[in-house]
Amino acid sequence: MPFIPHSETDIREMLAAIGVDNIDALFDEIPANLRMDKLTGVPEGLIEQDIARLMMERAEADGRPLCFMGAGSYDHHIPAAVWELTTRGEFYSAYTPYQAEASQGTLQLIYEFQTMMTQLTGLDVSNASLYDGASGLAEAILMAVRANRKSKSRRILVPTTVHPDYRRTSHTIVHNQNIELIEVPYSPEGGHTLAESLQPYEGEDIAALVIQHPNFFGILEDVDLLTDWAHRQGALVIAVANPVSMALLKPPGAWGESGADIACGEGQPLGVPMMGGGPYFGFMCCKKDYVRQMPGRIVGRTIDRDERVGYTLTLQAREQHIRRSKATSNICTNQGLLVTAATIHMALLGAEGLKRVAQACHANTRKLVAALTASECVEAVFNRPYFHEAALRISLPLENVMRPLHAHNILPGYALTKDYPELGDALLVCATELRSDADIETYAGHLGRVIEKQTAAGCPVKPKMA
Amino acid sequence: MNPTTRPRWQPCKYIHPQERFATANGFFTAGVSRLRSAPAEDIDGKTNMLIFEHSHTGRRALAQSPQLNADVSDIPVDFLRTEAPGMPEVSELQVVRHYTRLSQKNFSIDTQFYPLGSCTMKYNPRACNTLAMLPGFLARHPHAPVSMGQGFLACMYELQEMLKDVTGMKAVTLTPAAGAQGEFTGVAMIRAYHDANGDTVRNEILVPDAAHGTNPATAVMCGYKVHEIPTDRQGDVDMEALRAAVGPQTAGIMLTNPSTLGVFERRIKEIADLIHEAGGLLYYDGANLNAILGKVRPGDMGFDVIHMNLHKTFSTPHGGGGPGAGPVGVSKRLEPFIPLPVVGHDGDEYYWITEDVRPQSIGRLSAFMGNAGVLMRAYIYARMLGREGMHRVADFATLNANYLMARLTEAGFQVAYPGRRATHEFIVTLKRQQKELGITAMDFAKRLLDYNFHAPTTYFPLLVPECLLIEPTETETREELDAFVEAMIKIQQEAENSPELLKEAPHTQPVRRLDEVRAAKQLDLVWSA
Repeated sequence: MPFIPHSETDIREMLAAIGVDNIDALFDEIPANLRMDKLTGVPEGLIEQDIARLMMERAEADGRPLCFMGAGSYDHHIPAAVWELTTRGEFYSAYTPYQAEASQGTLQLIYEFQTMMTQLTGLDVSNASLYDGASGLAEAILMAVRANRKSKSRRILVPTTVHPDYRRTSHTIVHNQNIELIEVPYSPEGGHTLAESLQPYEGEDIAALVIQHPNFFGILEDVDLLTDWAHRQGALVIAVANPVSMALLKPPGAWGESGADIACGEGQPLGVPMMGGGPYFGFMCCKKDYVRQMPGRIVGRTIDRDERVGYTLTLQAREQHIRRSKATSNICTNQGLLVTAATIHMALLGAEGLKRVAQACHANTRKLVAALTASECVEAVFNRPYFHEAALRISLPLENVMRPLHAHNILPGYALTKDYPELGDALLVCATELRSDADIETYAGHLGRVIEKQTAAGCPVKPKMA
Repeated sequence: MNPTTRPRWQPCKYIHPQERFATANGFFTAGVSRLRSAPAEDIDGKTNMLIFEHSHTGRRALAQSPQLNADVSDIPVDFLRTEAPGMPEVSELQVVRHYTRLSQKNFSIDTQFYPLGSCTMKYNPRACNTLAMLPGFLARHPHAPVSMGQGFLACMYELQEMLKDVTGMKAVTLTPAAGAQGEFTGVAMIRAYHDANGDTVRNEILVPDAAHGTNPATAVMCGYKVHEIPTDRQGDVDMEALRAAVGPQTAGIMLTNPSTLGVFERRIKEIADLIHEAGGLLYYDGANLNAILGKVRPGDMGFDVIHMNLHKTFSTPHGGGGPGAGPVGVSKRLEPFIPLPVVGHDGDEYYWITEDVRPQSIGRLSAFMGNAGVLMRAYIYARMLGREGMHRVADFATLNANYLMARLTEAGFQVAYPGRRATHEFIVTLKRQQKELGITAMDFAKRLLDYNFHAPTTYFPLLVPECLLIEPTETETREELDAFVEAMIKIQQEAENSPELLKEAPHTQPVRRLDEVRAAKQLDLVWSA
């Protein structure tokens, strides 16, 4: 019996101790008419060598493509020590650290994580993580509505330069609480949010403004200007940021006159594999005045009876297991194991290592953009400074270009056509520090040949969009 | 906040380890001075330094990052950071040693028996981790086309199918990231269903008082009011109170069966009929699914929507507090509202089911599809158990719980519902010890740590005074259960003869009982020099 250790003798003696004849008798309180028949949709069990063979075949089949895709999930190098340590049984198979004395390892690690995240974001306090970047933004929106005492509004300004799936997720999670997410358009030339676009809300009661920086297109937003505008309106500022970018770019806590109020985002670039989309972790930091409105677990340092330093979950009066229907969120579990990986990852890389990764990602993406736009059929969509990710327009139907590249085991980028049809056949590309010059040449070479084949008479087949 | 008086953020400065307690201070300075004289070692004499305190200016783990500072001169200087974030500067060996030592300060399933009620701390098979972390799966970008993910999608599709079978539901979505998000999904679908029917007067969700805290918190997140239903003396839902509470305002009820009291709700069919007749829907909290896996299915009990905690029933790791995975199963009438994406199969190829096919979907719950790597581990576990193994889970979880309950009863402990069968868990109440000896459930729990057993769940459910909720799971040996009983007997003797041993416990952990009031009042949430 896989994973069940009982011998026949064990079973017999245990049943005798209970005073029943067989195991089935232990289920005598379940009404007989509810008892199920045999499962039909579950196949026969596999021994370890057989499941291993099946999984290896399937993993191989998925091909490990050459990845030039970002859009919220990034292919970074992860030091070997990160997951060697993270999957130690003492981290991997521990429960949420409610019994603090028996969980000092996890608790101290989260305290270190909180410190590192406040350093990266430039804000005062951090929680112990949320599910992912998208649901983290939803929680930040709920938090801003609670925390903004100056505003009675339940309206949040959300530029369309915020990740489309973050906006969808936020809508799913907040709309039942009558919170309105108002879309703010972007500049067609710059791909950023213009101050003019905020004009209609001048003087209106708005609970918060969301700023993703770099935004979904990789474009750098005018964060100082936007932050100060929001604060003049009495609105809070919610920053959505890529943690790797913060090692190089001005952190949310330093935006504008007084900094963003809440920063959240996707922690995946900090030591978490792409893994089909999860598990990742959402991080959240804020100014200290708002700490009691934060969702999720928070670890504090304190002392024990001998005045020895120790760590414990704190401010639990915010949470569902104490407050029930009055909690700040229904969130219970966080993403502890991913936080473990991220903390070890940040400790190994340090500030200098993280900055070098950010620099290398950006330099590689620039090389990629230069290599691809060398073709007359490819142009940059926006004219503003960007970081690490760029939107390119191709003067051919995108599908016809992408499919042959997939056949060459290349992930050419994220198609923007579904979320931003107004941009035409546009592709969001990204080259992390892992992409070599040869990788970039491979992509550019294949793209060139695909374009050549598609346009026997040369390029362009249709006029470039203005 | 007045922006002019708020100090600009400053990066933390580093101090040499020898000076660490001379300057160590918390973020909120009030009262933290006492930390300055605190011992730099745990009880076992090992260091309790933070990674920051191992830091040394200019030291780096140079193998880990690109060797050169690449040119980023195209980024205008206004956008750049002026001061580096305060991160530790340490060698690879220092990192490995520090986090290995930290790990050793944890209890875990791999090192200790963990009879934590309602948490199902069963063995996490190593193969599930090794095979889920194959390079082909780790390298999968979530937006890679389906043509480059057939292996991954096949696993997800088959997991959906197996979960449908074991729960008796019509469709399953894997996307909720944890139990609480699964609950949110379920109640949001209940609301979407009523809204789609133009049935907008329903504004109330019924929740038994024994429920997990996430239940009422979830109902509120979905815009509902919560109406609590009491429990009768036998641990079942109080039917009189339920009948009185049900009405045209009832959107649904959230139930855990078996309940958190460790007993099976015998009148579940009656409850289901009552709610359905009133036009409400039934939500099944799958926290205790391990008790019935392969025995009885929530779909057959009449539930319309259910979440499963794969980190409980399907042995994925708890990871020191996540990641979980909370797939949701639905009946036919809720299928149109299921969150996306879901994996489909046309006999030939696996593909994503998206908004085009499910326009009434409640939407998306995360940027991609939830905790894929956790789902992969659950899939591997389910395939290893197979049909026969799945039927045995509840058998042996229940055998272990009833055996432990019988032995503890024999040893003189009082169980909360002595007339009832234990399911996969049961409650011991220490109210007699509290009254006669002044010993609380917390004292027992902390003393168990000294005997190298993780404490059972304490003070939950809230209904039973001084309770220990005990769940051994099916993967523990009889010897381990016997050793736990022996420890409980010894602790009872200590409670009678030397109660200070319990009051002062634990004695053998890295730290003794912590000052939680101080932690909440004198907030010290980040380190700074």
